[in-house]
Amino acid sequence: MAVGAVSNGIESDVNRWQYLNRFLTTPGPFTDDEATLGDEIIQRISSMKILVIGAGGLGCELLKNLALSGFKDIHVIDMDTIDVSNLNRQFLFRQADVGRHKAEVAAEFVEKRVKGVKITPYCGKIQDKDEDYYMQFGLVICGLDSVEARRWINAMLVGMVDGDNPDSLKPLIDGGTEGFKGQSKVILPTMTSCIECQLDMHAPREAVPLCTLATIPRQPQHCIEWAHIIAWEEERKDITLDTDDPEHITWLFQKALARAQEFNIQGVTYSMTQGVVKNIIPAIASTNAIIAASSCNEALKLASSTNPGLGMPGSNNYMMYSGDEGIYTYTFEHLKKDDCPVCGNLAKKIEVNSNITLRELIENLAERPEARQLKKPTIRTEAKSLYYQAPPSLEEQTRPNLDKKLTDLVSDGEEIAVSDPAYHQIQFRFKLLFRS
Amino acid sequence: MTTTPPVLQGPTAKEKKYDRQLRLWAASGQAALEDAHLLLINSGPGVIGVEALKNLVLPGMGHFTILDSAVVEEKDLGVNFFLDEQSLGKSRAQETCKSLQELNPDVQVDFNSQTASKFLSKPDALQPFSIILVASPLESKLLSQLSEHCDSSGVPLFYMHSVGFYVHFSIQLPHAFPIVDTHPDPVTTTDLRLLKPWPYLIEYAQNKTKGLDAMDHHDHGHVPYLLLLLHYLGDWQKSHDGKSPANYQEKNEFKKLVNSAMRRNNPEGGEENYEQAVAAVLKNLNEPTPNSSVKGVFQAEECANLSAQSANFWVIAHAISTFYTKNGVLPLPGAVPDMKARSSDYIELQNVYKSKARQDIAEVFKEVQSLEIKLGRTKQIESSEVEAFCKNAAHIKLIRGSPLHISAASTTLDWSDKASSAAMLLTDETSHFLLYVAFLAYDKLYDEKQIAPGIEAIKEDATIMTKYANSIIGDLLSQAGKKSSEDVEKAKTRVGKLCAELARAGGGELHNISSLGGGLIAQEVIKVVTKQYVPVDNICLFDGINSTSSVLRL
Repeated sequence: MAVGAVSNGIESDVNRWQYLNRFLTTPGPFTDDEATLGDEIIQRISSMKILVIGAGGLGCELLKNLALSGFKDIHVIDMDTIDVSNLNRQFLFRQADVGRHKAEVAAEFVEKRVKGVKITPYCGKIQDKDEDYYMQFGLVICGLDSVEARRWINAMLVGMVDGDNPDSLKPLIDGGTEGFKGQSKVILPTMTSCIECQLDMHAPREAVPLCTLATIPRQPQHCIEWAHIIAWEEERKDITLDTDDPEHITWLFQKALARAQEFNIQGVTYSMTQGVVKNIIPAIASTNAIIAASSCNEALKLASSTNPGLGMPGSNNYMMYSGDEGIYTYTFEHLKKDDCPVCGNLAKKIEVNSNITLRELIENLAERPEARQLKKPTIRTEAKSLYYQAPPSLEEQTRPNLDKKLTDLVSDGEEIAVSDPAYHQIQFRFKLLFRS
Repeated sequence: MTTTPPVLQGPTAKEKKYDRQLRLWAASGQAALEDAHLLLINSGPGVIGVEALKNLVLPGMGHFTILDSAVVEEKDLGVNFFLDEQSLGKSRAQETCKSLQELNPDVQVDFNSQTASKFLSKPDALQPFSIILVASPLESKLLSQLSEHCDSSGVPLFYMHSVGFYVHFSIQLPHAFPIVDTHPDPVTTTDLRLLKPWPYLIEYAQNKTKGLDAMDHHDHGHVPYLLLLLHYLGDWQKSHDGKSPANYQEKNEFKKLVNSAMRRNNPEGGEENYEQAVAAVLKNLNEPTPNSSVKGVFQAEECANLSAQSANFWVIAHAISTFYTKNGVLPLPGAVPDMKARSSDYIELQNVYKSKARQDIAEVFKEVQSLEIKLGRTKQIESSEVEAFCKNAAHIKLIRGSPLHISAASTTLDWSDKASSAAMLLTDETSHFLLYVAFLAYDKLYDEKQIAPGIEAIKEDATIMTKYANSIIGDLLSQAGKKSSEDVEKAKTRVGKLCAELARAGGGELHNISSLGGGLIAQEVIKVVTKQYVPVDNICLFDGINSTSSVLRL
């Protein structure tokens, strides 16, 4: 078989990687004419630093897949420790590992199984790391279950792009799952649709109005949310709710059950209480396998050019998957948005009632899907500061604005810039259009 | 209110470990998984099958047997995660079995290092297994033997390929594979009977909306939208010869009618319950007509001709079909979506629906019992099974399994009654049908040489496979009674590229793609074993170059 001498080429290595190397050395009918396959590509992949964010269900799969796809310098970040409910899918962990850090155990396991691969774990938050850290990688792959973390890393990578330095553009590959469904996508920061452009693809669950919880519950979930949001605050204010503490869940469950009985509502269970309070998303090994492999497949194609992949500007960059009824995939190009607060250059137009106060506008922004989780926003216009969360002196100075009407602060069509400590680099720009 | 909360039974250790999956398939699905015994007949690099098993060992499927005669070689270590250096020179079946067993002590994993042909030569060798997975390549003779066994014993059979960037698998299901618990999208399941209300519902709605105009703002804003719609439907019918809005235009007019009745002179400047009513018009104002899938079940021969041995499914389906003939509607599912309302009003309304649903279930159950007596059945069907069926009656599915296409060296494929639909797919670029043809050509060449295409000579094998693919296309056209066209000639060129890409792999698997394929197959196995959700019927292709997939029904 014609696999030439590989540069790190001891014979067992040549034998070991023969299936993969065939694709890295022999072009096929769909390989780009410009691609130069061969030892150089094998070398490029094995020396490329690649970052995996998350060592959970997707992360375990990603580490295994990358290690068996020729990547040899892999880093992984995860702040979590192993819980018993992870064992039905996170196959690098055993009962005896419960309580240990995911990133560490996963890295050890894959290093032991696949000789020659180096995996560097970091047990902590992505927010602990700065631009210099992220700059060292050739590619970033996410296996996360939180929108916040995705938005943070996305903003970081978009912010890092420097037009004069092609190496500053780090492709971001992101995947997510829920039950039998999932999606994976490739992002070239500033060039193609980013996580922020795609936020509307992950519509948040509709929040139940507080007054329903407080006065007219109808569903078992309403009773659980009442126990979670209202009863706990009233009766156990000094104890910080820990959703992993069985005693806390039991307390909420019993509160919810009593309330449900009071209103003749059926269906409150312990499992439902846990699900609502922890916002549990069903997760299984097989869906993780599909989505992680799809993400890693794109990484391999991107790094090697062995075959064309997703993500190039003007072509498909997003695959949606559903296994509920048969198998269904929808692969398409998600378009970049000009008014994306992270990668766009236009302010997003929003219609507002000009008679509301600045305080009401802030509350309103927190409810908008495109600006959700802006819990502590700082707001200014081109000309003046409307409200600052910090420092305290500025907060005090701008606080009176909160109760002023918008008409007294801004003009129709004026742009405001909103920032929030949760998204250090994002500046949301809105163009306020007064509703008549 | 002073009730002592009941003594809490916290989740068991098993419920904790399997929490994230029990939320998908519940205890009943888990029990079915634990009862299953799966046989994997492995060959080639053998990764896709092992990856599928990983995804089934983890959620606790009961019992596995791996049949694999290969001895672990260096090249296995670059593609199979469940082997390491210590495995070199040992039985691949045994070594993968050992690593998979580590993933979950609750399951039993066995191995057998015989060749498939030796194993299958023993009578009753397949008897213990409730589901069988076969990794290509395998001699066509053995594949036929497996297909025949599974056909006569009703055991589901999976046949799978992972070659380079491409995955194919086919599922041979029993001739009748009915599913009750299809888990339809909740948005599609709301059945409020607004256009076919039963008498008590009309009476109840009239009572509750009496004096609507005189209500104070608070009461008016808390009338459940469902009752509002029934109320305004009454108004509409008075001015439309007793008819309900039937088409899109009428529904829009009706929407306007409801919208115009919303109070805007209240402090909120509008009413949420009216907004919900308006939003529900197009979604919920539909005749509750059974879909073609349900009608298909009613018309099935098994439903019409019951016997003492009929599966419970058919007895209940027959009873529901009788119910439908008599009442013109299926049993009411009984669920009411959440809506703006006072707690007590909502619970009362929920009970109106629930008690009607219970009444319908009782009627069906009575029919089931009388059928049991008539047929002389000894084992009685539980009312809980009838209840589950009634609740999802509008969403049941029946899959008719059909035998695998086995592409052998010396025979011509028989497309039987699927020939013309298959021929149509030749020019449908998005269908991946040509990739399927390329896989059939791949198997044909393997069957002839007993060595995977591309191992010895990529170009030559690609040329032979293309020739085979073209003759498969030619045979298909003639079976479909069609002539070639310019587009078909283009398809022949395209299939050549697919054959070349398959040959490029040299019989090799890419770990990634096998992992993805193993995920797809594990999902399908879970759906088939638990009889929940809807499995692929019957061929699936995944293209890892374009990240696209197709399901073909051939």
